[in-house]
Amino acid sequence: MIEVSGISKFYGQKKAVENLNFSINEGEIVGLLGLNGAGKSTILKVLGCFLLPSQGEAKVGAYSVTHDSHKVRQLIGYLPDRPPLYKEMTVEDYLVFVAKLKDTPTSLVSQYVGEAIEHTNLEDVRFRTLEQLSHGYQQRVGIAQAIVHKPKVLILDEPINGLDPIQIAEMRDLILSLKGRHTVILSSHILSEITKTCDRILVIDQGELVAQGTESELMGLGDGLMNIHLELSKGDESLVEAIRSIPGVQSLNQDGDENLMTIDITCSEDLRSHIASCVIQKGGGLLTLQKKEAELESLFFKLVNAES
Amino acid sequence: MKKVWLIAEREIAAYFKTWMGYIIVFAALLIDGLLFNSFAIGSKAKYSAEVLKDFFYFSSGIGMVAAIFLAMRLLAEEKQFGTITLFYTSPVTERQLIYGKFISALFVFLILQLLSIYLPALIFIEGKVSLGHLAAGYLGVTLLGSTVLAITLFGSAIAPNQLLASVIGASVTVILLLLWLVSSRVDEPFASIFSYISIHNKRFRPFSLGIVHLRDVVFYLTMIVFFLECSIRSLESRRLQG
Repeated sequence: MIEVSGISKFYGQKKAVENLNFSINEGEIVGLLGLNGAGKSTILKVLGCFLLPSQGEAKVGAYSVTHDSHKVRQLIGYLPDRPPLYKEMTVEDYLVFVAKLKDTPTSLVSQYVGEAIEHTNLEDVRFRTLEQLSHGYQQRVGIAQAIVHKPKVLILDEPINGLDPIQIAEMRDLILSLKGRHTVILSSHILSEITKTCDRILVIDQGELVAQGTESELMGLGDGLMNIHLELSKGDESLVEAIRSIPGVQSLNQDGDENLMTIDITCSEDLRSHIASCVIQKGGGLLTLQKKEAELESLFFKLVNAES
Repeated sequence: MKKVWLIAEREIAAYFKTWMGYIIVFAALLIDGLLFNSFAIGSKAKYSAEVLKDFFYFSSGIGMVAAIFLAMRLLAEEKQFGTITLFYTSPVTERQLIYGKFISALFVFLILQLLSIYLPALIFIEGKVSLGHLAAGYLGVTLLGSTVLAITLFGSAIAPNQLLASVIGASVTVILLLLWLVSSRVDEPFASIFSYISIHNKRFRPFSLGIVHLRDVVFYLTMIVFFLECSIRSLESRRLQG
């Protein structure tokens, strides 16, 4: 659905992105991960036909962002880091305007607007002006304007920027609900969020693609080991030995007693489902089974040459 | 054309939802009325045609100032609030955007002209007014005002904010106004060129006297299209620059 070949973009002499190559399949949710100023927004602006690349070629659908930008714009929905909202308009009037602007057939405008409002849970504020809405609601209207014309590709630049934890969780659910309906490319500098919402991650550093893959593929770029944290309300030595004998388990540290036992497991691959089955079979009281984020985080810092 | 009307329609609504339109129209009408009573009618006896000529002279000035205030926000405000992204990432051409914006400002400008008709209508009470003179005068004010709208829209296309857009619009307008003065102080061929491209004096005076020259209409229309095309080119070039 998206094909990027050798894209570079320079602002005068300053390099924003250089020689980027990647592709995104239809229906995927892909995240651009990088520090502020890494070049994420520039990539999204090129894909959104906002900017022309200095070199290289990018295609959305079958169309070039350089030569067929009008057709590309019909295929995409775009949410910039600051939602493009006319504060004096009501939510409904604004979405009707955007739907018409994006070539929605007149007979379908009202239906599409209704669906976008329903999908983004904006029914309660439908007739309120945008200036009356909280930041979280405004961000939702931003998503609604991006999906109102049912585009094939959604480009979301920092969609959780400035949201509080509850709003972040709501936005995460909203983005996940877009899966299957749209191909989504989004940017974020928050590692934990991007791993929760994206099928695949592209790590960008100083305008270059330094790594790409699924979360477990990226983990393989580090020492290849995964740490799993386990909490049990009922556990004994036989259970610990059973876990230790699962193929792939490298080492294991246990703490606590039979009534509350914590086990930290290092393994060569994601063994969470095997460990869960083992605990249930042995009658252990499973309280927590959690992959530790620290490894991916330290790998990210290593990739972007930053200090943790 | 559908997109042009869509953009114009939203913009016209914005003028009146944000009070900007009301304030500009109210202020322009107030000053128009004061100048009409103080100078156009004045204290000594005058022919109706002379009163009308003075009215159009003042109206042209107020119209130019109003046009700067109406057009300065058109694109600069979109850039300030980030809403311009919506157009840049939608299937909308730069031409549709510029013409939509221009038509919206022209619409509000025409409302202003329409509401000012009561002033020359007052001349009917004690005088006689030629409707042809009235129509020619309003045509002149509208063409001159539209030219300033197009100039300031260009300023709005290249400036990052409204203040700078108004400064650019006002500066270009004043330069084009004063060129007829400069033309008398320079040698040929500059004298002819400056005199030709000056937007007031020689071009506007015939309208205020009730005379319409096709060449003047064509001149104003050319200036309008020229500045609108400059605005389009300016927006197109931003994709290259970033």
